[in-house]
Amino acid sequence: MKMNIRDSLVYGSHSILAGVLLFSSATFADQGTRLLATGGASTLEGAGGGGIVPWATLSSYAGKGQFGATVNLSEVAVDDFRLSVQGASVSWNNRIELSYAEQTFDLSTIGGELSQSILGAKVRLAGDLIYGDLPQISVGAQHKKNNDYALPSAVGSQDDSSVDWYVSAAKAWLDGPFHRTWVANLTLRSSKANQLGLLGFGGDKENSRDWLTEASVAAFLNRYWAVGIEYRQKPDNLNFAEEQDWKDLFVAYFPNKHVSVVGAYTDLGSIAGLDDQTGWYLSVQAAF
Amino acid sequence: MRIGVLLAVLLFTPLSIAQNLYQQLGEKEGIETVVEEMLYRVGGDDRIAHHFTDVDIMRVHKLISEQICDVSGGPCDYSGDDMKTSHRNMGVTNADFNALVEHLIAAMEKHDIPVSAQNQLLGLLAPMHGDIVEN
Repeated sequence: MKMNIRDSLVYGSHSILAGVLLFSSATFADQGTRLLATGGASTLEGAGGGGIVPWATLSSYAGKGQFGATVNLSEVAVDDFRLSVQGASVSWNNRIELSYAEQTFDLSTIGGELSQSILGAKVRLAGDLIYGDLPQISVGAQHKKNNDYALPSAVGSQDDSSVDWYVSAAKAWLDGPFHRTWVANLTLRSSKANQLGLLGFGGDKENSRDWLTEASVAAFLNRYWAVGIEYRQKPDNLNFAEEQDWKDLFVAYFPNKHVSVVGAYTDLGSIAGLDDQTGWYLSVQAAF
Repeated sequence: MRIGVLLAVLLFTPLSIAQNLYQQLGEKEGIETVVEEMLYRVGGDDRIAHHFTDVDIMRVHKLISEQICDVSGGPCDYSGDDMKTSHRNMGVTNADFNALVEHLIAAMEKHDIPVSAQNQLLGLLAPMHGDIVEN
């Protein structure tokens, strides 16, 4: 039964991919008017950004008056868990981004799996990533809903859905240290989500919202390759297991405006009582 | 951490020492070649070619080359109008500006300008965005 759901999800996302590809050749014929890599990658929660931090940048290369879209697949494999994400986003006018992601969390060692759906929206309020003195500033929301709530409920979570709010600022320096182009992003998030929300929202230890800091810094070695680090503060709401901050060290490749690939070494700390969860992260995005 | 810093230094320094930007761009001849390549690409780009139809392209080539020579520390004095005056009423959009940046980058890549020099030049030209683009 589980296999069927999983298979249909995968099949579904492939259908979406095929649909977007067909659609794009018809209506997104013009190339986006923003510069290479300014669309960033896709985060685990569907929004445009780094790997684990949503950025103030909007996904795709859609500039003024343009529509853009992305589809993405991501996998995170750490010692005792595996997270699979299928996501898509639509952006307009370099102003608004709507995103959707399906996360499946495979509890390899413990057994079973968890999953949730995330509907996101992001609006650019002011500034530009590259030009002018002001950083690009955006606000966003992510509505998260658990598909299977039995386990999160059993370990002390208080709710099966919640909304994360965040504000992000991003800035690029074309001629930064070592004469390389650098990008930095700072995000402040208000959230009750346990392990992204996969273990529900709020808990028996703490049931209020936390302000969490998330940051990314990347350096472009040349036009196409970037290396960087990300850090994401996490809440700690459940008594049964401590939740720790996330970190990753990534390499991103932007061969053109239609494809990006991100590989990373991730340290997700302790998850559900299993310590030192480190491993790899791989994400592929197609943009139109 | 220390190893990371050392690696970074090893990776980046050989590209950025010794020559100043004007020299890294190939001096006057190198700059003129890059600008020629850039304008050639602009001419074939329907998105922005219309901005260059009624202008003396040889003069544009001379002025842009002169300006790049000037800002990169070369022995030139830019003799044209300031950016605000020269682009007044042209209706240059952000998309147009980015298209020109893309052609400049492609031209520099084609002529093997090192990434560090490309970034220094882009860093000097990007602040002109505010005077050139009409919102």
